Amino acid sequence: MRTLPEPFAAWFAGRGWTPRPHQLALLRAAEAGESALLIAPTGGGKTLAGFLPSLIDLARAPRAGLHTLYVSPLKALAVDIARNLTAPVEDLSLPIRIETRTGDTPQNRRARQKEDPPHLLLTTPESLELLLSQPAATEFFAGLSAVVVDEIHALAGTKRGDQLALGLSRLGTLAPAARRVGLSATVAHPEPLRAFLSPTGQAADVRLVQVRGGAAPKLTVQLPEGHLPWGGHMGLASAPEIYRKIREARVTIVFVNTRAQAELVFQALWKLNDDALAIALHHGSLTVEQRRKVEAAMALGKLRAVVATASLDLGIDWGDVDQVIQVGAPKGVARLLQRVGRANHRMDEPSRAVLVPANRFEVIECAAALEAVRHEELDGDPPRPGGLDVLAQHVLAMACHAPFDPDALYAEVTRAAPYAGLTRRDFDDVVRFVEDGGYALRVYERFRKLFRDSEGLVHVRDQRVARQLRMNLGTIVETPMVKVRLRGGPLLGEVEEWFVSTLLPGDGFMFAGQALRFEALDGMSAIVSRGGTRGELRVPAYAGSRMPLTTWLAARVREILHDPKKWRLLPDPVRDWLRLQQKRSMLPEQDGLLIETFPRGGRWFLVAYCFEGRLAHQTLGMLVTRRMERLGYGPMGYLATDYVLAAWSAFEPTDVEPLFEEDILGEDLEEWMAESSMLRRTFRNIATIAGLIEKNHPGQEKSGRQMTMNSDLIYDVLRKHEPDHILLRATRQEAAGGLTDVARIGLLLARAKGRIRHQVLDRVSPLAVPALIEEGREWVAGGAEDALLAEAAALVEEATDGDEVFSGILAEVTEGVRANPGRVVDKPRQRDRKQRFNRFIRSAPKSVSGA
Amino acid sequence: MTPAPLHVAGERLMLDPAGLLAWPARRTLVVGDLHLEKGSHFARGGRFVPPYDTRETLQRLHLALRRWRPARVILLGDSFHDAGGAGRLAAEDAALLRRMLDGVELLWVLGNHDPVAPAGLPGTALEEVQDGPLTFRHEARRGPVKPAEISGHFHPKATMPTRCGGVTRPCFVADAWRVMLPAFGAYTGGLDAGDPAIAGLFPRGARLFLLGQDRLYSMPTGPARGLRVTAAGSA
Repeated sequence: MRTLPEPFAAWFAGRGWTPRPHQLALLRAAEAGESALLIAPTGGGKTLAGFLPSLIDLARAPRAGLHTLYVSPLKALAVDIARNLTAPVEDLSLPIRIETRTGDTPQNRRARQKEDPPHLLLTTPESLELLLSQPAATEFFAGLSAVVVDEIHALAGTKRGDQLALGLSRLGTLAPAARRVGLSATVAHPEPLRAFLSPTGQAADVRLVQVRGGAAPKLTVQLPEGHLPWGGHMGLASAPEIYRKIREARVTIVFVNTRAQAELVFQALWKLNDDALAIALHHGSLTVEQRRKVEAAMALGKLRAVVATASLDLGIDWGDVDQVIQVGAPKGVARLLQRVGRANHRMDEPSRAVLVPANRFEVIECAAALEAVRHEELDGDPPRPGGLDVLAQHVLAMACHAPFDPDALYAEVTRAAPYAGLTRRDFDDVVRFVEDGGYALRVYERFRKLFRDSEGLVHVRDQRVARQLRMNLGTIVETPMVKVRLRGGPLLGEVEEWFVSTLLPGDGFMFAGQALRFEALDGMSAIVSRGGTRGELRVPAYAGSRMPLTTWLAARVREILHDPKKWRLLPDPVRDWLRLQQKRSMLPEQDGLLIETFPRGGRWFLVAYCFEGRLAHQTLGMLVTRRMERLGYGPMGYLATDYVLAAWSAFEPTDVEPLFEEDILGEDLEEWMAESSMLRRTFRNIATIAGLIEKNHPGQEKSGRQMTMNSDLIYDVLRKHEPDHILLRATRQEAAGGLTDVARIGLLLARAKGRIRHQVLDRVSPLAVPALIEEGREWVAGGAEDALLAEAAALVEEATDGDEVFSGILAEVTEGVRANPGRVVDKPRQRDRKQRFNRFIRSAPKSVSGA
Repeated sequence: MTPAPLHVAGERLMLDPAGLLAWPARRTLVVGDLHLEKGSHFARGGRFVPPYDTRETLQRLHLALRRWRPARVILLGDSFHDAGGAGRLAAEDAALLRRMLDGVELLWVLGNHDPVAPAGLPGTALEEVQDGPLTFRHEARRGPVKPAEISGHFHPKATMPTRCGGVTRPCFVADAWRVMLPAFGAYTGGLDAGDPAIAGLFPRGARLFLLGQDRLYSMPTGPARGLRVTAAGSA
């Protein structure tokens, strides 16, 4: 096929377009009834390529009923595509009706869609799963000809992707003839995406259409004119430069890495906005209406800039964007290129983008990313097995649709690539879990949700179960957030609930660019006031929005750091920073392991510059803290970045060599890891998705202490009484994806043997600063807490002389110690007020198991 | 396990780090909110949380019983998570309960979660228990108590400031007239002792005993000033 059939050829010509080769290639695949994956840079007319075969088919042979299903990760994208497809359909008067169906679709429209389906239905993975759980799904999808999955690279490898893969597999049963089309941005590994899309789970069954090239993007790095910050990820020091760039361009997207950063950059820009440029804000914590307003204004060309998080990563076509500014490190090359691609949707012109590093390490990261882009090297994670928690949801949804035969469902599920390796044992255990919890102690049989009839078909118990499922369907577990409100003043933003739970009244923290003092928790808001704190200010971290640097990019950073000849890639302040590190401590050597220890904030820090990537450091953190516990250093937590492992403890780690000896691998690790915050967090997500505990609905006030059950308590009880339960197996399987195997750590330790350089410092070193304010801390559950309690209780005893006069003396003494070790400062103020913030209990399980 | 002595109304009571209270002079062990069969309560609502909470709680109680060898056990109410809880008790768990309490006088104080006597189990159910100077009831009574009161209900916990930040644990709350016990059940959360609901019962301040691995950690609280003023409370 050299060109398009009429009237499409004429319509293209009328717009001055010629069909692109990949658009024709997809058409050929469709004619042959084959599934196809299209990989193309943004601006390649990808979406139209995906829909053209369906439009042509419907123009040629008009018919009623659902013809093509389109699935995208974003509701907004579905809405946007619907708008864009309207043009050819109306211009050509095609007999085609296009509708969307998402969580925002009103009930009456949903009902009507069921009665009279549109030809093209645009939806999300969650809404698809909901449709599939309906008894009417069989008729609804029977005539389906095509499924288009957009932004497939953003879905594969996630839990939403797992859910979609299962949904596609079910569609394969309901409509075996339907071909599949996947649309993806440029990725490092297309094979897993082909398999993901494939009706058989085999990559070979999907035709690959790859568009190469496009003009290379023009990337520059912009530093602030003044001081280049040591740490922080906000990039606010560069606000004047960002503002200037916005003024010089027509339309700019300012990409940032976190929601908090979006708020702060937005505020900083408006402070400078003397020209009153239309600058808007777009991130996931804003209400749908607010986001829609911004998107609409953007589409109409009314905005000069929008500050956005990943909420705008995906392919909404803004048309006129001519500049992208990435504030903060890009974290991954593939991700950077996708963001850069948001500027200029024409493939043959280069995209312009500016990288604005927020601190000195990020300057090195940006330099590394630029090199990688120049060499066209992409990064990406290998595929991981599908989550068993998602499967549990799916099994129940399928039972709600119609009674199923377990053998048939198992066969169907294993046709989805993420579940190709699913064992029958795991499948059966998941079904049993859905049925009655699947516990060895079979006491819930009378409450079971599924039952088997005489022919072995599995039915759902009643409509109540189906309702409960439909209300809780979905795989996104939001991190609970707390609003930050100035006393008697405005809302400043949101921080994660766990962060607030670690604050005592009077503690200071940095937020919204100012020093705030935490006063109290009032409902779901943290009430704060300005200034007046003592001791160190803390910086709220957002574990939920953590974006790990790809291991691959870390290697490039290490190369630059080790080789002073490469420092010419770096600006002066960064070189000065590295020289300062040489003076205060030392630079990590090519073949040695630098370890620094220093006191800070009442605890001792140990920073090891391993440069092995976050996953390896994550595992190493567990091993090293285990040994620290044995040696009585009282480890309290650790943080794995891509460059370093930082651990902190109650007592000074004087002898560090034993912490990195190879025999730390031999210790009884299983138990230690099971106690870790990482596994607890993983379990909480799994328990939520599997339907064990209530979802946290963001923004909704918690119903107090009564009805929410702490997942940590459940975890502890289950681990003790049924350690091999399917949910614990699922937890271990998922956590393993966040860890590196122990063998690799063994190599690292062997290399470090005899080459450890221990620097005992009196304060944090220049190179350690960025790591210490990094996000994603892990707590360890050792004896440190009890040691600290004993210390604090002894202090009180000493200060009050056993006096039973109840006063605030304890707070004075311990807060003084805490703010500044070695020096007791004068009393900050009486601790008073209700302390209801403490109901966000982090360490409940330890205390309970210790009892 | 090192218990801490506490003198209330002339009686010497022992606070056990496992979260229960012993009265050696009367060979009595007092235990707060067990919330037995909370797991099956959730399961009834379609959430199949692990059904081992009752066994876990009973096993912990069993250890304490062996430690103290009491002649009498007073359960301070909310012993079952709901009124039907006793009926859902697994046969093994019911047997364990009977076995470990064999020969022990068992008093079930009734709570808001379990307002009726547990059917089919040994022991006596009462609204409250009076013995010497001590009154045992589920929920502390507002206003002065004479001479002294032992209660549960609120699941108190507290955060002790240390040089490395706060450490949160379940705790006893006590002054010269009242002792409030932490919840004992495996699936029980907690309410901060600074919450007005608890602090209001201790208008002159209280001493908190946080549960540790082997011992208790004590700290005083100030008078409940936050209750009086709301606007200027932090000045």
